[in-house]
Amino acid sequence: RTKTQNFCRNEYNLTGLCNRSSCPLANSQYVTVREEKGRCYLYMKTIERAAFPRRLWERVLLSKNYEKALEEIDENLIYWPRFIRHKCKQRFTKITQYLIRIRKLTLKRQRKLVPLRRKIERREKRREEKALIAAQLDNAIEKELLERLKQDTYGDIYNFPIHAFDKALQQQDAESESESDAEKEEDDDEDTDKREFVEADDSDLSDFEDMDKLETSSEEEQEEEEEVEKKASRSKSKGKTPLKGPARRKRPYIEIEYEEETEPATKTKAA
Amino acid sequence: WLSLSREEKLAARKKRRKEREALGDEAPPKAIPKTIENQRVYDETTVDPNDEEVAFDEATDEFAPYFNRQTVPKILITTSDRPRGRTVRFCEQLSTVIPNSHVYYRRGLALKRIIPQCIARDFTDLIVINEDRKIPNGLVLSHLPDGPTAHFRMSSVRLRKEIKVRLPAKLKKSGKPTEHVPEVILNNFTTRLGHSVGRMFASLFPHDPQFIGRQVATFHNQRDYIFFRFHRYIFKSEKKVGIQELGPRFTLKLRSLQKGTFDSKFGEYEWIHKRREMDTSRRKFHL
Repeated sequence: RTKTQNFCRNEYNLTGLCNRSSCPLANSQYVTVREEKGRCYLYMKTIERAAFPRRLWERVLLSKNYEKALEEIDENLIYWPRFIRHKCKQRFTKITQYLIRIRKLTLKRQRKLVPLRRKIERREKRREEKALIAAQLDNAIEKELLERLKQDTYGDIYNFPIHAFDKALQQQDAESESESDAEKEEDDDEDTDKREFVEADDSDLSDFEDMDKLETSSEEEQEEEEEVEKKASRSKSKGKTPLKGPARRKRPYIEIEYEEETEPATKTKAA
Repeated sequence: WLSLSREEKLAARKKRRKEREALGDEAPPKAIPKTIENQRVYDETTVDPNDEEVAFDEATDEFAPYFNRQTVPKILITTSDRPRGRTVRFCEQLSTVIPNSHVYYRRGLALKRIIPQCIARDFTDLIVINEDRKIPNGLVLSHLPDGPTAHFRMSSVRLRKEIKVRLPAKLKKSGKPTEHVPEVILNNFTTRLGHSVGRMFASLFPHDPQFIGRQVATFHNQRDYIFFRFHRYIFKSEKKVGIQELGPRFTLKLRSLQKGTFDSKFGEYEWIHKRREMDTSRRKFHL
């Protein structure tokens, strides 16, 4: 319904508007063009047949050829007013155009709408949330990474202080303890060299800014601690210097201080 | 149990603890709480690590060349028609996560036609992200030279910006992945089906991760939902590791697995999620 006009709901309407002059019910002489299953027909209504509702609308099949169909409309509506003839041809044109468009579209890919079921959606969502909680992803990932570290998949990129190394080993075998003690003395010399290396290097690394603080504190501790309990070469790299650069993450430090630093970080990550 | 009020429950718990302490060593062992994972209906297709048949299958299936390091994965990421901003950004982020991947837009091209083109250009995998109402909601992962095609429903997609970093403001926002090849973690893929899906995921990433990059992509299966996360890790000590989440995250739920490449009409389905049969039990999972 526009501001000035109604739309007619009758299927036989020619123009589509609801006026006295374009209502198929109000006029005893009327003509329309309608299409059925892709073919266009010309429908005519005359006074003579007003008494026979079944035979009221006379139907003429129009040719598939556009120009020929227009001629057919003309010859059928020869004595009808010009306006109505014109409107018929306009309607016919529009119909053929949309038929062409339909045929073109069906050749392209069409979207198939699959209805969602609300109950199922909700169920899935809830299950997903619960699964997420049950999964404890952060913990699982951390565990897996530590496992891989233990199983030596990373080779000798990482070195860890012998304290922790010993603790870990005590669970496994007692032999390596003595081994690492022996290595301790060897590593003294190397570590003095590496110590310098580390100090220069670590300062420009780090993704996390709180790691920076860590490093400064750990460096202090390095200077304090004379013991050479740094080199825990799990892969028994005898004298082989581990990879330089960003891979090196030597972290000798005192546990207590460290925990304070990272508690906020771990808390927020876990939260 | 549930009808007891909170105070009653606390009281009961305290009493039990006292009894346990009182008994000392004779106390009965702590009861293990029942979880869905504990109560899971045993799936007969669970893979036993030493199963020969499975090992043989895996040596001869479509991923064998990848696992023998003969092929290097090359991924094509695309979307459905007319992707909206969110999907486009998601595709870009996904391509930074997966090394050697390219994003191409699909302007009305039929999948059946682009697949032969992809094979000709040596792509190993095709990812199509389906979109609905401006958010990505589906993922089709197809291993190209005639490999299996998995169709997933994707949910809770978070872009990199949205992964909240709850560190103090002075620290940067969630970081960006680098160009290093990440490691891959596949958790909890127990059944045969889960195994093949897991291998599909693994074949997206080059087989030799660069440990220098310290990045890890995780596919964690829990109750048939596969959670994808991308982290950067750092070993703070022998026993502690810190992880920082970067990269997008999403969850997938497997809808169907087809034997050949993507073909909705004539494909041979290896597994379809049939809601009526498979969703009946709350303790039965398939992946």
